[in-house]
Amino acid sequence: MTVTTGQEAFDTLIAAKQKIEPRDWMPEEYRRTMIRQIAQHAHSEVIGQQPEGNWITRAPSLRRKAILVAKVQDEAGHGLYLYSACETLGVARDELNELLHNGRQKYSSIFNYPTLSWADMGAIGWLVDGAAITNQVALTRTSYGPYARAMIRICKEESFHQRQGYEIMLTLARGTEAQKDMAQDALDRWWWPSLAMFGPPDDQSPHTEQSMRWGIKVETNDQLRQRFVDMTVPQAQFLGLEIPDPELAWNEERGHYDFGDIDWEDFWEVVKGNGPCNRDRIAHKVKAWEDGAWVREAALAHAAKRSAAAEPTANTVNAANTVNAANKELS
Amino acid sequence: MNANPFAANPLFSYLLRLADDNLVHAQQLGALVSWMPELEEDIAVANLCLDHLGQARNLLAYAAEVEGAGRDEDALAMLRDERQFLNAVLVEQPNGDFGQTIARQFLLDAYQVPLYEALVASGDAQLAAIADKAAKEARYHLRYSTQWVVRLGDGTEESHRRMQAGIDALWRYSADLFAADDVEDALAGIAADVAPLRTRFDATVQAVLAEATLALPADPYQRLGGRVGNHTELLGHILPEMQSLYRAHIGAQW
Amino acid sequence: MSYDVPRMAGEVDPELGGRRTGYPLWEVFVRADRGLTHVHAGSVHAPDAETAIQSARDVYTRRNEGVSIWVVPSSAIRASDPDAKGDWFDDDKPYRHPTFYEIPEEVGHM
Repeated sequence: MTVTTGQEAFDTLIAAKQKIEPRDWMPEEYRRTMIRQIAQHAHSEVIGQQPEGNWITRAPSLRRKAILVAKVQDEAGHGLYLYSACETLGVARDELNELLHNGRQKYSSIFNYPTLSWADMGAIGWLVDGAAITNQVALTRTSYGPYARAMIRICKEESFHQRQGYEIMLTLARGTEAQKDMAQDALDRWWWPSLAMFGPPDDQSPHTEQSMRWGIKVETNDQLRQRFVDMTVPQAQFLGLEIPDPELAWNEERGHYDFGDIDWEDFWEVVKGNGPCNRDRIAHKVKAWEDGAWVREAALAHAAKRSAAAEPTANTVNAANTVNAANKELS
Repeated sequence: MNANPFAANPLFSYLLRLADDNLVHAQQLGALVSWMPELEEDIAVANLCLDHLGQARNLLAYAAEVEGAGRDEDALAMLRDERQFLNAVLVEQPNGDFGQTIARQFLLDAYQVPLYEALVASGDAQLAAIADKAAKEARYHLRYSTQWVVRLGDGTEESHRRMQAGIDALWRYSADLFAADDVEDALAGIAADVAPLRTRFDATVQAVLAEATLALPADPYQRLGGRVGNHTELLGHILPEMQSLYRAHIGAQW
Repeated sequence: MSYDVPRMAGEVDPELGGRRTGYPLWEVFVRADRGLTHVHAGSVHAPDAETAIQSARDVYTRRNEGVSIWVVPSSAIRASDPDAKGDWFDDDKPYRHPTFYEIPEEVGHM
């Protein structure tokens, strides 16, 4: 048997479009790139709870309230799957948390825009989740096994997100004048940020090539953006809403929609921290974390006390059993 | 003493009492999503919220049917004012810190488990069916809140102090859960008899607090009134937030 | 990439060493239905086993994906050496597989 180096084994796996698994040898740069991408994805899901969470208490019907809570909960769940995937690369969630809190790791800029009306719940589901799904479906084929598996799970769960968003838009578009205005206004505000979610144009993405070679990225930013536009324009037409882009037009020759230029200056400002909600989102996250410090300490202290006993957490289990016994006796 | 206006349609009022506990509580929990001490707890609190919201919707839908006045669950949730809400005053108390959130959850769970288990045998088949599903959820909730009461009570000095403060702050609102009047009297065989509920509730609270090295406050004062729409001032701040959008577009579909 | 924030000029990746400070990590195994084995679903952070099970239930069975959950401290997992892969897992014993044997067609399915 020939002895292969880690690099050779890695290259062979990538060339064969096989998955890289946590304990495989991998180039340090691959590991770093993967950590960065998965962590940012996880942070995005976690911060993504906030803009929609903003409307839980004001949802206009109990049915919509339940759907919204379930959706925001899914986002927390997706964050958790992704942190799990990231931890297989030898980092701890607390470290990643800290990097998010101190701004050294970022989350998707889309969540730095405010949710100003109920229609934003529709627009986010339809456009933002729609854009996310376009990406994530591609990412189910990414080369790092735990990330690809998390993506498969997330994609399965996320199609509900986009559908519920579109349903909100449809209901508003067919509703009262005020509701229609609300829907159009939401589309006006979320359209361009949604397109920007796919990242800078390919000729300005110096890292794309390496990521494609490693199978981390499977399609380029521009390819995915075009697919999203082509898919979304007819959906907007069905709603009877107008996409806020005068240059938007079907190009017979290309077989795609042409669309106007994205304001990249504004995009980079938001990435740098100068978006409408950057500070609020992080302040919220940090406050929740700091307010919870005493709870986490207590839980660890309690577990340590109990692990002195033979069975871990025997006593909390006992307490629950005591309750059940008491209830049984008295019922 | 004035006649009890809620006794005119006792089943309707009783269903509102049960529903509003869950609706107001779910509304409070909904505000906590993304504010919990760990990501896992954000997911847990969303689950609690969804369970209570689901119970509220089942009960409100049935109440609307019993009333037969063309109102639906949303009309009942969104168009009634403070004085027409019949939840116990416990659930309108603030989220506070995690200790207080858990104290409120625990007291509610310790009441709802025996409540729903009793209602499974209700002479009203629809109420019994709603209770059957709710009982399973309530038992899970009680397990969750019990563990946290014990963990915090018997955790660190600070968590002990905070958990005790939560119990101290909320104990005075617990008796309102059991406040019964001629509404329940008129529903013999349908409503749950409150005396045995109270006995089981006390046994649960006693066992768990002992395990958690916590104590009940000595102050015997109990604030009552929620069951007849006589609330603390807090409810008047919770409802407008919940109802604002619905009320701004009367007649609209969502 | 949707949630991939593009690199800013001069951005340096932080050093990460897997420093664990908070709750320990637990691996979660879910049995999807009776008659099936428990399958690895992911992980959760929890102070103790009971909480880990509770969190696992909330996180990994939100859509009725399971009827039973196991949790194991991640630190208790022992794995085979990935570098020994070839030595350990190369299958050079084709006679262990049914397709190795030729049975005349007339004999029928076997």
